[in-house]
Amino acid sequence: MKSIPPILEWRHDKGTEAPSFARAALSWPERGGAAMIWLDTLVQGALLGGLYALFAAGLSLVFGIMRLVNLAHGDLIILAAYLVLMGVTLLGLSPWIAALVAMPVMFALGWLLQAAVLNRVLGKDILPPLLVTFGLSVALQNGLLELFSADSRRIPAGALEGASLDLGLVTVGIMPLMTFASAIVTIIALNGLFYHTALGRAFRATSDDAVTAGLMGIEPKRIFAVATGIAMVVVTLAALYLGMRANFDPSIGPARLIYAFEAVIIGGLGSLWGTLAGGIIIGVAQTFGAALNPEWQILAGHIAFLTVMLLKPRGLFPRAVD
Amino acid sequence: MYRLTTRTRAGTVTAITVPVFIVVALALPALASRGVMQDLFFILTMLTLAQIWNLLAGYGGLVSVGQQAFVGIGAYAMFAGVILLDWNPVLAIPLGGLAALVLAVPTAFFAFRLQGAYFAVGTWVIAEVTRLLVAQWKALGGGTGTSLPREATSSIMGTDAIRALFGVREAAARDVLAYWLALALVVAVTGGVYWLLRSRLGLALAAVRDNVDAAQSVGVDTGRLRWAVFLIAAAATGLTGALIFLQTARISPGAAFAVTDWIANVIFIVVIGGIGTIEGPILGVLVFFALRSALADCGSWYLMTLGLIAVVVMLFAPKGLWGLIASRSGLHLFPVRRRLTGPKIEGGI
Repeated sequence: MKSIPPILEWRHDKGTEAPSFARAALSWPERGGAAMIWLDTLVQGALLGGLYALFAAGLSLVFGIMRLVNLAHGDLIILAAYLVLMGVTLLGLSPWIAALVAMPVMFALGWLLQAAVLNRVLGKDILPPLLVTFGLSVALQNGLLELFSADSRRIPAGALEGASLDLGLVTVGIMPLMTFASAIVTIIALNGLFYHTALGRAFRATSDDAVTAGLMGIEPKRIFAVATGIAMVVVTLAALYLGMRANFDPSIGPARLIYAFEAVIIGGLGSLWGTLAGGIIIGVAQTFGAALNPEWQILAGHIAFLTVMLLKPRGLFPRAVD
Repeated sequence: MYRLTTRTRAGTVTAITVPVFIVVALALPALASRGVMQDLFFILTMLTLAQIWNLLAGYGGLVSVGQQAFVGIGAYAMFAGVILLDWNPVLAIPLGGLAALVLAVPTAFFAFRLQGAYFAVGTWVIAEVTRLLVAQWKALGGGTGTSLPREATSSIMGTDAIRALFGVREAAARDVLAYWLALALVVAVTGGVYWLLRSRLGLALAAVRDNVDAAQSVGVDTGRLRWAVFLIAAAATGLTGALIFLQTARISPGAAFAVTDWIANVIFIVVIGGIGTIEGPILGVLVFFALRSALADCGSWYLMTLGLIAVVVMLFAPKGLWGLIASRSGLHLFPVRRRLTGPKIEGGI
């Protein structure tokens, strides 16, 4: 009889205390919990960086191939998010299927945008494409505002929304983990496309020298249209995660553009893995900033960007030459 | 005898009519209602911002998307002068220009490391950082903003004289004063840009715009030129920002650093009117105001229309409306091009 309680206690210890050890440590700083909080912040920041890398991958692709800065990129992400949301609410599809349906639509839109508008203004002067995409950004933002109102919306993700995974030292949400994994898969896929297919060879040739590529039978303008189409497919994936993870409304596009752009520039022109690194740097800086003071979240990300730019104006891993 | 001149017949007409316009504009408060004064104030300040951005992007090749940083910091510096230092609001306006100039130094140091499109986004990031930092400034209301104290707005220098002159109430007198200051600023900025473009600096700017390497090879210091243009533009933008928020008498980070108001609209005015000309922004601001009035009840459709018009103009008439007019008629109201005049050479080229 006397030996039972200790066993019960032991079982109790093993059964319920151990799994929540990480969380217990978090709430007791005197047991080295402060370090755990920072580790947790670091992991959450890195995972957030996955989302920023997804925002940035399409931008990086277009920027790398045609030196085009698409200032409407953020608003196109929001447009795609509304497309997915419409698929979910109007057609009753699951978010994943809705995104799959939205992808070809966005591809066509990107192709058309490039073929009908952007190809006309690409040239040595960077001013026309900048101003055209800026005009598009404002038009798109206000068009979305008229269509969908300023109410913030969210793509319902069902059970995934709050699900988390206990990794022992830290607990991570399933959704951020999937975002990060998607970012890596996207980058592997894009790199595969870039370095192991005929289309990718055409991309690289056009990126290096559009005129010479033209002499070799490549039509740069058609290549550009396909590239923007592919970028819009990536944008749709980014929009899916953006919409499932947080509320969005028509006005938040420009801020996403800035994060994406910072990730691209930090990473260095033409390097998709660099873009991922850039996204992680922005994400980690933001979560650390937020941990210190919630008002500093965005500011910390920008300051990380400015610091990298001062130390390495061409980014961390520049591949292409401007 | 051959002479190098920028003078044209249209230019001479401008030189005569502009002073007449200015005199009429100065006398206008005697006739016009308060609503008209406020509309004109809006038009004049937007024109000032447009001329400055045109100098930057159209002549200097510096496509900044972050001018709202200087509008905002200028406005906040003016508020700081009034609220923290107890200055008269009118005297605090130069403080806005100074603050913008001070901010422009680190901004240029950072942004000039970035090329072309990088530069545009770099300036935007700095504007965001400035907005976020100013929102931390609790003495001036933090994120929610603040108003000019009543003692300050009621004792603005000059308003008593205006009240006596026109027999109007205090608030209307303040609008008249703001209008006059805006008029002075737009004349100074437009005149300044015109003078700059006709000076050696303007020649250097045109050379750099057309071909950087060629300009450097004949001794143009492109780095110094970019600094000069950027700092001048920043200071003037800061003054304008201070003046705009003197008139509204209320400030918040969202309003003072608004992307739509202080950069999107400004870019649209310049693009629609015609980038790289002095006439362009003037025409552009009139089109902009007409559109704004016509579509005032249509909410966001108005901005959407404006954005689409800018895209269409950029696609089909990259030199803007004034570019179309100038290429059809050969009209240059503010001639800056240097031409050789003298006796015609018979049978020559």
